[in-house]
This record gives sequence, C-alpha cells and structure tokens, in this order.
Amino acid sequence: MAAKTLYDKLWEQHVVRTQDDGTCLLYIDRQLIHEVTSPQAFEGLRLAGRKPWRPMANLATPDHNVPTTPDDRSGGVAGISDPVSRLQVETLDRNCEEFAIPEFPINDPRQGIVHVVGPEEGATLPGMTVVCGDSHTSTHGALGALAHGIGTSEVEHVLATQCLLQSKSKNMRVVIDGQAGPGVTAKDIVLAIIGEIGTAGGTGYAIEFAGQAIRDLSIEGRMTVCNMAIEAGARAGMVAVDGKTIDYVKGRPFAPNDEQWAQAVAAWCELTSDDDAVFDREVVIDAATIQPQVTWGTSPEMVIPVGERVPDPAQESDPVKAEGMLRALEYMGLKAGTPISEIAVDKVFIGSCTNSRIEDLRAAAAIARGRKVADNVKQALVVPGSGLVKRQAEEEGLDKIFVEAGFEWREPGCSMCLAMNADRLEPGERCASTSNRNFEGRQGQGGRTHLVSPAMATAAAVTGRFVDVREL
Amino acid sequence: MEKFEKITGIVAPMDRANVDTDAIIPKQFLKSIKRSGFGPNLFDEWRYLDQGEPGRDNSNRPLNPDFVLNRPRYQGASILLARENFGCGSSREHAPWALLDDGFRVIIAPSFADIFFNNCFKNSILPIVLDEQTVDRLFQEVEASAGYRLSVDLQAQTITTPSGEVIPFEVDEFRKHCLLNGLDDIGLTLQHVDDIRAYEERRRQEAPWLFG
Repeated sequence: MAAKTLYDKLWEQHVVRTQDDGTCLLYIDRQLIHEVTSPQAFEGLRLAGRKPWRPMANLATPDHNVPTTPDDRSGGVAGISDPVSRLQVETLDRNCEEFAIPEFPINDPRQGIVHVVGPEEGATLPGMTVVCGDSHTSTHGALGALAHGIGTSEVEHVLATQCLLQSKSKNMRVVIDGQAGPGVTAKDIVLAIIGEIGTAGGTGYAIEFAGQAIRDLSIEGRMTVCNMAIEAGARAGMVAVDGKTIDYVKGRPFAPNDEQWAQAVAAWCELTSDDDAVFDREVVIDAATIQPQVTWGTSPEMVIPVGERVPDPAQESDPVKAEGMLRALEYMGLKAGTPISEIAVDKVFIGSCTNSRIEDLRAAAAIARGRKVADNVKQALVVPGSGLVKRQAEEEGLDKIFVEAGFEWREPGCSMCLAMNADRLEPGERCASTSNRNFEGRQGQGGRTHLVSPAMATAAAVTGRFVDVREL
Repeated sequence: MEKFEKITGIVAPMDRANVDTDAIIPKQFLKSIKRSGFGPNLFDEWRYLDQGEPGRDNSNRPLNPDFVLNRPRYQGASILLARENFGCGSSREHAPWALLDDGFRVIIAPSFADIFFNNCFKNSILPIVLDEQTVDRLFQEVEASAGYRLSVDLQAQTITTPSGEVIPFEVDEFRKHCLLNGLDDIGLTLQHVDDIRAYEERRRQEAPWLFG
C-alpha cells in the first residue's frame, strides 16, 4: 500500500463519492457558524424549502460584530448600539432557533471567537473535517483535523447536504527543525514561515507543519501556526496527532464519552503521515534561525526580525513586488532603512483567533506584570477569545495585572482584528497587533497594523515602540 | 445561478499584486444580511475619498480621481485584469458578490487565492488563470487603447483580443459544466442522497463519537 500523508488519510476517510473528473463529494463532520457569513446561507435554505441535513453537526456563536466593552455587553443583543450589527446578531439567533442549530448566544459563558470555542468545547476533534465561513478555520488543523474556510454558498451547501464538492489539494510539508530559542513563540514561527514562502506560497496545497519545533509547541501554539496557514495561501494547515493532542481533547464537553474514548484514541493515533510519504513540496527551516518577528508592510509576507531595518524597494528586482513595497511603505508611513526598534506605536491589540487563548494571555501578562503602558500609547486592549478563556484568566488574576499596567480588559469577540465593531484604528494610527492580517484598512480605514506575538505586543505597549522582548 | 456562456466587454486593469478581499469589500459592508447591493462599495476605500458606511447613499460621495476604476474609459467594464494572488485573505463571498453587482463577470490573473477562486464559480463569475507574460502583455494592450475589449467564450475556452488573437485557457471540466448550465450545486449533490446516507451508516460504525 502506498505511503500516505496525514492529509491523504483525512481526505480518504471523508470521500462520499468521486465523480469521473476527480471532483469529490467530501463529508463534513463539523460546521462552525457565525453571524457574518451565514445569514444568506440560511435565507437560501428557506427560499428552497430545505432543512439542515444534521443540525447537531453545526455549532454557532456570534463573534465578529459583538461589542467588547462590559457596558455594551451587559445589555445582551439589545445592547448592541449599531443597529446593523444588532440585526445581524439577532438574525443568527433567529436562524439557529428556526433550524434547531446549537448556539452559544452573545452572553453565554461559552460564547467567543468560533476558532477558540470549537477546540475548547471539544466540538472540533482530531480526524474531523471542519468547515466555517471564515478563512481562519485552518486553526482546527492543529488537532489533526482537516479544516478550512469556505464561502457562504458552501455554508448553505454543507447545511443542506453535510457535504462539500471539493478537489484534492497537493501535499506540502513545512518542517521546523530543531529547537526554537527562548522568547520565540508560535507566532514568530508562523510569521517566519510566511516570510519564507510568501502569501501565495501555499496556494493549492494543504500544509502539514512538522519538525521538532512544532512538536515542542503546545496545542494552543499549534493553533496559532495553523491559523495563519491561510496567510501563506493554504486553505488547510495541520499537525499530526500526538500525546499532547489526546491530552488536550480529554474531558472536553463534546469529546467522546468514556465508552467511546479508547476507540477514538486508537483511530486518532493513526493520524500521522507515514514515514515514507511523499510531499509535492517540502520546506525546511532551522528553528534556531527564527527571531521575534514584526511585519512592516501591508501583507503578512512583509515581515522581518525585530532587530532589522525596514527593507528598501530599490533592492527588489521584481518590478511588481517593488511597486507593492513602495505602496506599502507609503501606506504605513515608513521609510526604507528605519530600524524596526525606532517605530513607535499608538495602539496595542492583544486578541483574535490567532492569539487570544489562555497561554497567549499568560505570555502577555508575564511581560505586563509590574510595568505600565507607555504614555504615547493611546489605547491597549486585551480581548480574550472566549468567555471561558476570560474566566480562566480572571481566576489566575491576569485581568488585574493587565488593568494595573493600564490595559483595558474586554469581553470576548473578534474585536480589533477586523474592526467590525467599535474597536478600531483611526486613520494614520499605528498598532502592534497579535492578529493575523496587516492589510490596508483591516483594523480601520487608514490604520497601520504591525503583526507580532502577544509578548512582543505587550513589550511594545510598555515601551511605546517595538523592542526585542528578549531584551526587556 | 445565471448561466455563463460568452461575454464581450471592456477590460479594466487592476495593476497590483495580492489584492485582498478586505480591499475588494471592506468589513463594514459585511454587516448586511443580503446577497446584493454591494456593487457601489466595491473597492470602497480606494474608490472614494471619504469613509463609507452601510446604508449610506453612495451616489454623492467624493470619488478618488486616481483610482483606476473611476476613469471614464473603464466605465461599464465587465472584465477585470489583475495580478498574482488576487482575492487573498478573508473567505467573504461578499467579494464576488460585490464584483458581480458592479458588473464584472470575468477576472483574469496569473494566480488567485483558493477560496476566492472557488467562490467566483458559485456566483457565475469566471476566474481565468493566464501565465504572467500574457497577463503583462494584456496590461500593456489595455493601457494602450481606450475602449479595449475582450471576448471570452467559455465553451471554446478562448479569449479573443481586438486584433483577433485567440488565447486559450484552462478550466476545470465540472466547474465549466456548472457555469455553462447555471447549475445549483446543492441540487446536484442532493441527487446523491443515498451515497451520503450509506457513508454515514459506515462511519457511524467506524467512528460513533462523530454522531453523538
């Protein structure tokens, strides 16, 4: 039997049928649903007189639009001041009720960012196919699942049929060899990968992240890495199952019960690439070469180590790339040759599906403890990824550390990652952000985003500029 | 879905790489619960000089004269010529909805982001991949002559330039079939209900925890 990759195995386990041209009908085990990309899908079902195939295979929670200030949240859905946002969240509630979809509504303690909630609840498990109308669905691949983002038409398709029409991607493995140095986090690793292969480097591939530095990461760290697979162009990112995966899943509300546990674990332990499996493309990076990273431009591939200087478009030989760099520097208000450590920030955002889990908040709090947000920083937000993350952080006293240091401690949601709610940058404002996209206008029209790890964002908050967190 | 057979139309050039879906349709417009009406906000932050909000009348907003789609010669364009990795970032289907609503039915680029590429086919938009040199040449031709039009024939898989040059393109056979016939994917899949049920029955034995 031919050797298989993890992706091959996950794919084959889910093929319902194969058409003559190779297109497959792929079975979907779990669909996560949020308020922004689902209303048109439910409306489509309604217009066609269709019902969800398996309502319980779905799990919904509002996240993109929800306000994060305690005052705004205290009023529940009715307390959302923006009427357009409110209607969207109300529409999700109504649709879930009408179609019997399980939902964690706005002030349920389990509400949060879909990609934080899924693994936390055990609603996304190893070996599952997981989809959501959100590109960062790749996050769930950290558990050894096949997970990717889809459009709204496909959300409707999965609701109606529990399947997706798919063509298989190619196999790519990114190996991070050796040990990462102290102060180098999952976020730095994935930013370094994107810097190496580019934002289109993974297009058409499913990426398996492997190597010692990936195995050394916690499951939460692996989620950070897989989360940004899409920023390298790959719809799906994944990590093979190991003991950490099994330990992570055990005891979670939606995890297999005691009776099924042994059978599930036996199946999950098969979810690794065979030793002699062949990948269409392989990239190897030495973990020891990875430094804390900071993006300088308007694409996640525009990233460099914190100790370096903003690059010069004149040194770029590809004219389309050079033009893109020039445009990025102009938008970012930066000059080529400026040391990253001389760039001052106006705001700091710690949160998003990339970096809002408990370990992220612990890493940030460790830097914030006993320090103060610098005078030139107008606002520093900490937005936990879910109600349960928030509660855990409060039990550990992290909220007090943040508040004493001058950070705002918020309610869970996507918040300033994409600024659909009131949390946003004003034109020209510069932000150290733990989110995943530094596109023009992403965090607010005219806003300037620098992507960093939670520790690096906190270091920027307390010094007012980018610094190497290892030197604090 | 509307059928796609042949289109002849004005070509508008979008000469930058990595155009992301946040740029195609900014987040504030994603609050809509409808599929239509996104056209006036296509490329909103580049298209207008002020900040757009959902529900606002766009007809009296100040246009950015430097933005390529605002130039008179590209009005009424139905074909967008783009650079590599077009449509990267967010999975929002509002991006193809906005392009379609603004009249675009074909996008030509050296490469597309996966999710966006897929979303186009669900909305009767044909994304065409051509090699970089050909795309470069088309950019030059579009720049050189106002009113430059291309004819795209999906059945024949050809693009014809004003000079009569015929450029062939590749398209996935199944997707072509769906576009040509305006087929609804869900209807197609539901023809295989028995296969889905048989799969579920088998999986329920292999992995019962998935059906708990």
